[in-house]
Amino acid sequence: MTIPEHFPEQVVEDALAAFSGRPENLLQMLIRIQAALGHVPVDVMARLAQALALPLARIRGVVGFYAFLSETPQGLYRVRFSDNITDRMQGGPALLEQMCRRLWLEPGHLSEDGLLTVDTTSCTGMCDQGPALLVNGLAIPRLDPARIDRISDLILARTPLADWPEALFQVDDNLRRRDRLLDHDLAPGDALRTALARGRTGDREAAANARSWREGMPGGQGPLATLEEIKHSNLRGRGGAGFTTGLKWEACRNAPGDARYVVCNADEGEPGTFKDRVLLASQADLLWEGMTVCAYVVGARQGFLYLRGEYLHLLQPLEASLARRRRAGLLGRDILGQAGFDFDITIHLGAGAYVCGEESALLESLEGKRGIPRNRPPYPVSHGYLQRPTVVNNVETFCAAALVARHGGDWYREAGTAKSSGTKLLSVAGDCSRPGIYEYPFGVTVAQVLADCGAEDAQAVQVSGPSGVCIGREGFGRRIAFEDLATAGAFTIFNSQRDMFLVARNYTRFFAHESCGFCTPCRVGTAMLKNIMDKIEAGHGTPYDLAEIEQLDRVLQTSAHCGLGHTACNPTLDTLKAFRPAYERRMTSLDFEPAFDLDGALAKARQMTGRDDAGAHLSLKDHP
Amino acid sequence: MSETRKLRVATTSLAGCFGCHMSLLDMDERLFQLLEHIEFDRSPLTDIKHCGPCDIGIVEGGICNAENVHVLREFRKNCKILIALGACAVTGGLPAQRNHLDLGACLQEVYLTEPGLSHGLIPNDPELPLPLDKVHPLHEVVKVDYFIPGCPPSGEAIWTFLTDLLAGRSPHLGHGLIKYD
Amino acid sequence: MTATPAMSPQPPAATTATFQLDGREVPFNEGQTIIQAALAAGRYIPHLCYHPEFKPHGSCKLCTVKVNGRPAASCTLPAQAGLVVESDTEELNGLRRTLVQMLFAEGNHFCPSCEKSGNCTLQALGYDLGVMTAGFRHFFPDRPVDASHPDILLDFNRCILCELCVRASCEVDGKCVFALSGRGQTKHLVVNAASGRLADTDADLADKAMEVCPVGVIIKKRVGFAQPIGQRRYDARPISAQALEDAPRPGAGSPGCAACEEGG
Repeated sequence: MTIPEHFPEQVVEDALAAFSGRPENLLQMLIRIQAALGHVPVDVMARLAQALALPLARIRGVVGFYAFLSETPQGLYRVRFSDNITDRMQGGPALLEQMCRRLWLEPGHLSEDGLLTVDTTSCTGMCDQGPALLVNGLAIPRLDPARIDRISDLILARTPLADWPEALFQVDDNLRRRDRLLDHDLAPGDALRTALARGRTGDREAAANARSWREGMPGGQGPLATLEEIKHSNLRGRGGAGFTTGLKWEACRNAPGDARYVVCNADEGEPGTFKDRVLLASQADLLWEGMTVCAYVVGARQGFLYLRGEYLHLLQPLEASLARRRRAGLLGRDILGQAGFDFDITIHLGAGAYVCGEESALLESLEGKRGIPRNRPPYPVSHGYLQRPTVVNNVETFCAAALVARHGGDWYREAGTAKSSGTKLLSVAGDCSRPGIYEYPFGVTVAQVLADCGAEDAQAVQVSGPSGVCIGREGFGRRIAFEDLATAGAFTIFNSQRDMFLVARNYTRFFAHESCGFCTPCRVGTAMLKNIMDKIEAGHGTPYDLAEIEQLDRVLQTSAHCGLGHTACNPTLDTLKAFRPAYERRMTSLDFEPAFDLDGALAKARQMTGRDDAGAHLSLKDHP
Repeated sequence: MSETRKLRVATTSLAGCFGCHMSLLDMDERLFQLLEHIEFDRSPLTDIKHCGPCDIGIVEGGICNAENVHVLREFRKNCKILIALGACAVTGGLPAQRNHLDLGACLQEVYLTEPGLSHGLIPNDPELPLPLDKVHPLHEVVKVDYFIPGCPPSGEAIWTFLTDLLAGRSPHLGHGLIKYD
Repeated sequence: MTATPAMSPQPPAATTATFQLDGREVPFNEGQTIIQAALAAGRYIPHLCYHPEFKPHGSCKLCTVKVNGRPAASCTLPAQAGLVVESDTEELNGLRRTLVQMLFAEGNHFCPSCEKSGNCTLQALGYDLGVMTAGFRHFFPDRPVDASHPDILLDFNRCILCELCVRASCEVDGKCVFALSGRGQTKHLVVNAASGRLADTDADLADKAMEVCPVGVIIKKRVGFAQPIGQRRYDARPISAQALEDAPRPGAGSPGCAACEEGG
């Protein structure tokens, strides 16, 4: 039964009205409908198609792209266990099994009574307090057998989610080390006031500002003076790529066009990363301040926060924080009394797609489409949201930009190294006694971080998640900085008891699951890589397979469409280099071996014929 | 080893239709030229039942049952160079089009539930090789050195390939000789 | 985000702008992509999802070239004066062979029983690049066939997800009969009907979308093997020669093409 008995008229009308009936808000409507109905029935899609003048097939394509949307019923409760390697190390799989046994169902299948589904999902960003799950999108961390029993009871009693004990949903910030970002003393509006004041005293070139007046942007010297400070600070993007923020803002400011956008990338999907979650929970005002400063500099009137669906629990607090700022005159029209300085921020939710963290895929998603990375050039600074000039920056980047706007570029450059100014937040998790958020000036050594977080027996650290690098002990002297170990923030620790092959295999599965499938090399290559790792895991690995991994790496590096494909082989290649015995001990043969169990391939025929004679079996090696 | 020693060649057809062997015979009188350089070991042409040490093994057909696996392993063990000949050996071919079906359901339908066979029996004689759940191209079961695609590859393609190989050149089939159909 | 490739040496004044392709100059017009300029100049770069009549897509990656030493898809990269482009190298042809092998391994491509054989772009590329085997393990996916439409058969077993039918149906037919759903290995073609059946869409045999499939997904019913094997498109000449014949030439009345006019 895929179609409800009565067409959910109200749900669809609400969704259309809430997002002003605009096709670029399709994804937001679908998320709302999914939450209300537990799935998006095809007749609802047909109605949306009509209302939005979109082909039904395209809407179906959007539903099919995002892991958190479904065309078929998923039950009253949708439970998703986070399947990151840290969740696994903390016992996630056993807890999933416990819940399935308790509730009598198979993972990935709707329970017979239609009550719930239990499945896995990619890292939910609770690595410092895992294992974790999502129930109808809301995070429950620190799972243990007692919590699983509790949750199962609530589900069996059909208790509405709103009545579940609040303590279950308590997410900790775990701020362990603060530096100039987490220790700031800014009150809401401080950075903006400084930026505006700079304009009144500055005496920079007026011509460029004349342009902004013409285009209805705030005038005065403020925007340019602030841009100069951002450039002077040498702030670089904190999402991983490290592009110079000031240059990005300047390019957007100078791009032709009448509308500009500021987009914050809070699609923190890299397994092992959770620092943006903590910033969003504890430093929302600093983020809004940074986005508003950016809007002031580039002349944008509209901003978006693209919040990953896994952080649904942050949506209400963030909306409340935006409302406070509107009341305080820090958002809306004539911000802080400056005529023409209009800017507001809308929050858009993601729906379970790691690739949307790639900035052009994020823009596609923001426009309500499948999150496929765009062809570049052109770049978002000139052709971003709705093909208009757009700045896309990470949460931490905007927070840092607010500090620069307040205290100036010189102040910011005091911290860090020559090419990496300022500080970096690290999401420390895995085998250590004090997981959480650590803010360090750039240049800190891996060894220092390990000592501070209480990782006594580390054999490896995955820096910047699976798309980053895995370093062994010989690399612990290396430094966190763009000059050495560039990172988006993940810092996942593995002690000497951990099997690094299984770590790489988990990451390989992650990439195959999250590949958008647009380009041949990534769509097919990540699946092949996963198959090879499964083959090695099953004890059928040979040197031929290792050669094939290297071949796939060459193809992906050379021809994949985006960073997901380029880096998909990294975890395997890094661990092959630093932890080769973890692979070798699984290899039984130097000769070629099939990927499948030959004798197992006869099992069905044996069962059907009732035979069990010698001829009904195949030995592992030679013919009898 | 004398220079005049002929290369020993074994051939067999597994889950195939012998069409590739027919194509081999399509070389016509050039077969005699070939026989100046090679002699056949196990092959449908000689009726030798088991493969001895050989220089070249040519296998037609994919792997669909236990016996195919035994024969392929015998070839791999005895042949210095193993060639997959034809679409079925290279891709699984026509037989592999059953791969999306469940083998159990297939046997059930064919022998038990189809009209007229309601009292049938799934053959269980130990003499019969058991089918694998999926049909595989050769390279998924053993290491294969060369591939000649085609259904069947033309006599011309086989001739070109083998003469290249015998002359010590890397075999090259140009336009018109490489065919997948 | 990275900077666009350097525009270093300017061409001599008063001549058409050119870039270098495998050591020889190729002229181009403002807005042309590398592959458009190359094909118009009679220079072949292997390609699969690129089609001169539709917006460039950049997904198959067969047309990957090296531009000033860095890999890029030549169908989406705008030509610029002075670029040094490599295409016909062993490294890049090796990459293309692997990509073709990946596509063969991913789908169910049984050429002997396919009506498209001989007219198939994927197959012809395999021939021209010397692909003798998929090499990799075959996925043998379980994919459906849609025979609901009176005139058209959809065999998804052969789909390579190039979106040519999607583009043709939206850009030319104005129908949007096709779209893509799923992602990664679950990515698949869907049709514009609640039932999911082609018969319930407004697809018509005369649509542009029905003639652009480079492989054997969209098949006309009742004309099976009307054109004998051996007398098909790529029997007479390899795709590298055929593609040049098909390429729009400057001033030769190339078909109306938004991509060519607007430069993507």
